[in-house]
Amino acid sequence: MRLHVVTGKGGTGKTTVAASLAMALATGAHRRVLLIEVEGRQGLAQLFDTAPLPYREQKVASAPGGGEVFALAVDPEQALMEYLELFYNLKRAGGALKRLGAIDFATTIAPGLRDVLLIGKVKEAVVRADMRREGGKAYDAVVLDAPPTGRITRFLNVTHHVAGLARVGPIRTQSEGVMAVLRSAQTAVHIVTLLEEMPVQETVDGVADIRSIGLPVGAVIVNATRRPLLDDADLSRAAAGTLDLEGVARTLKEVGVEPSEALLNGLAEEAREHAERVGLEAREREEIAELGLPTYELPLLPEIDVAALLQLAEQLRNAGMVAR
Amino acid sequence: MTALEIDRVLLDRATDVIVCCGSGGVGKTTTAAALAVRAAEAGRRVVVLTIDPARRLAQSMGLTELDNTPRPVTGIDASKGGSLDAMMLDMKRTFDEVVLAHTTPDKAEQIFANPFYQSLSSSFAGTQEYMAMEKLGQLKASGEWELVVVDTPPTRSALDFLDAPQNLSHFLDGRLLRLLLAPARTGGKIGMKMVSAGLGVFSRVFSKVLGGDLLNDVSQFVGALETMFGGFRDRATQTYEMLAAPGTAFVVVAIPEAAALREASYFVDRLADEEMPLAGLVLNRVHTNPAPALTGERAIAAAESLREHGGSDATGLVEGLLQLHADRAAAALRDQRLRERFTRAHPEVRVAEVTARAGDVHDLDGLRAVSAEIA
Repeated sequence: MRLHVVTGKGGTGKTTVAASLAMALATGAHRRVLLIEVEGRQGLAQLFDTAPLPYREQKVASAPGGGEVFALAVDPEQALMEYLELFYNLKRAGGALKRLGAIDFATTIAPGLRDVLLIGKVKEAVVRADMRREGGKAYDAVVLDAPPTGRITRFLNVTHHVAGLARVGPIRTQSEGVMAVLRSAQTAVHIVTLLEEMPVQETVDGVADIRSIGLPVGAVIVNATRRPLLDDADLSRAAAGTLDLEGVARTLKEVGVEPSEALLNGLAEEAREHAERVGLEAREREEIAELGLPTYELPLLPEIDVAALLQLAEQLRNAGMVAR
Repeated sequence: MTALEIDRVLLDRATDVIVCCGSGGVGKTTTAAALAVRAAEAGRRVVVLTIDPARRLAQSMGLTELDNTPRPVTGIDASKGGSLDAMMLDMKRTFDEVVLAHTTPDKAEQIFANPFYQSLSSSFAGTQEYMAMEKLGQLKASGEWELVVVDTPPTRSALDFLDAPQNLSHFLDGRLLRLLLAPARTGGKIGMKMVSAGLGVFSRVFSKVLGGDLLNDVSQFVGALETMFGGFRDRATQTYEMLAAPGTAFVVVAIPEAAALREASYFVDRLADEEMPLAGLVLNRVHTNPAPALTGERAIAAAESLREHGGSDATGLVEGLLQLHADRAAAALRDQRLRERFTRAHPEVRVAEVTARAGDVHDLDGLRAVSAEIA
C-alpha cells in the first residue's frame, strides 16, 4: 500500500490519525513518507507546531529508526498554476488567468476541477520516481488528510465530476490517470471514528459510499477510546443504582477521604454516567464490528503533540496496521 | 459573566428569526431544535430549518423525507396555542426555486440542463449557506410562522455563512463572467472577434486545458444566468438586511474546546462589526463536577494509596470511582478555564451552559431537557 487516504466525520481526529499513520509508516532507516493536507486549514502545521506550510514539501518530523515525515499543504490555486506550467508551459498565461479571476472560476464554480487538481498533486507525489532511493520512488508512502466523510466520495470521484464538465481534453485524461491510481491496489481509504452515534453512522454510510464508487476501503480507526474504570459487575450495579455505598464509605475513610453523603451520591452519579457511556460505546463497537473491516483503536491522550503522535504511531504498528 | 436566559429571547414576541451558528460538530442542530421545541410549547408558532440532522433526531421530529417543505412535528404540547413545523434543507431544490422565480421557464430549462448548473447547485462552496439564507427568507416572508429558527451549515469556518450570499453574488457579477458573457451576448463567431485581447488569451488557454466544449457550456450557462444577476444581488442584500434587523437573534453555539471557542470568538467579533444582533453563546457539552468536595489531586492520591495498601471493602470499585472522579474533576476544571478565557475576552456576551450527556439527544424529551437547562 502506497497511498493512504484518511477520512472520517469532522471532529474525530482525522488529522491526528493521518499524522500518526505517517509516523508509523516512516518508522525505519531511510524511510520517507509524505503527509498531505488539501483543505487549506493548516492543520498539519498546528499539529507539528511549525509555521504555516508553504506549497512545498518540507520535513516536519523524524520518525523512530531514522525515517522522515514530510508535509505539504496543497493549495488549489497553486496546483493549477503548477499544472499549467508543467504541462503547457503556460506560466505567463497563468498570471493572466489569475488577473481575470479564471483561477477563482476553475477552483470555485467547478469544484470537480478543483478536486482533480488537488488529487492530481497527490497522485503525482505517489508515482514520483527517485532512482537514488531503494524502490525507485520519492516516497515510500503518501498519507492524505482528506476531506470529511460527508464530502469524501465527491472529492475522490474525480472522473465522474469531470465527465460531466469536460468530455474530452487534458483535464479529462488527467482525471482518468488519477482514478486509475485511486482504484488500484496501492490505495486504501481509512475511516476515523469515535465511539459515538453520529461518527459511527457516518462511518457505516461512508464505507458504502466509498465502495459504491469502486474505491477500496482499508481500515476503521477508532480514535480517543477510554478504558472502562469499573468492572462489568460494578458497571451494572452502577447503572441500576445498587452500588455498595456503605462499603465504599468504609474504604474511603481508610484512605483519609471523608465519605459525606454528598460525596457518595456524587460518586454514584459519576459511576452511573460512566456505565451509560460504556454501554453506548459497546453498542457502537458492535456496529463497527459488523462492517467486518480491520479495526484499530487508539487511546484518548490528554494532549496531542509530537510525542503523542509517536505514541499513537507505535500503537498502530503494534496493532499491525503498518507492517513491522 | 452574565447568564443567557434563552426564554427572554424565545418568548419575546418581537423575535422572529433565531440563527444558530458555530463551527461543525458543536451541536448546532440539536440546539436549534431544542430552542424551537421550547418556543412552540410556550405558545409560539414556530418553524425550524435544519441542514443536516442526525438520523435519529430527524426521525423523532418526523423529518423522514427531504422534500424541502415544512411538516408539522407531532408530540408537541400545544396547550398554550403554539405549534412546531420542521424541515430539512434541500439545497438543489431551493436553488431550482430561485432560478424559476427569476427567469422564464425556457431559460430555466436551459439552465437546469447545463452541466455547470449541476455542479454549481450541488457543490459550489457557499451554495449551502446561500440556500439556507434563501430558505430562511422564504419562510419568514410567508408569514405563516411567528418564529423561524435556523441551523446553519457545518462549514469549516462559521464566518463563511455570513459571507456566502455576497460571495456568490460577487462571483456571479465578476469580471470573468462578464468577459465570458461577451460572446454569448453578441452571438457566436462575430462576437468572438470583437472581444478583448484578454479574453482571447483566456479562451485559448481555457480551450486548450479544458477542451472547447467546456468553454461553450460555460458561456451558455453564464448567458442564461445573466438575466438573474440582478435578482441574485437584490436577494443577497435583502438577506443581509433581514439578518441585521432587530427581530433577529444570533445564537452562537460552541463546546468547551479551544478550536470551537476560537471560532465562536471570531463570530462574536464579526457580528459586532456587522452590527448584527447577538443573543449570546450556548456552550454545549460542559462537564460538571457532581462531587466538588473532593479535589482531583486528593482523589488520585487516595486511589494510589489504595493500590499500595489495599482496603477492607470493594477496593477495585473505590479505586475506579476515585479515578473516575479525578478525570471528571479535571474535565470540569478545564471546561471552566476555557469558558473563563472566553468571557474575559468577551465580557459583554451572555453565556448559557448545557451539561455534557453520556449519549446523543434524539427525542423531544431530550430536546426539552436541553432547553430547560438554558431557560
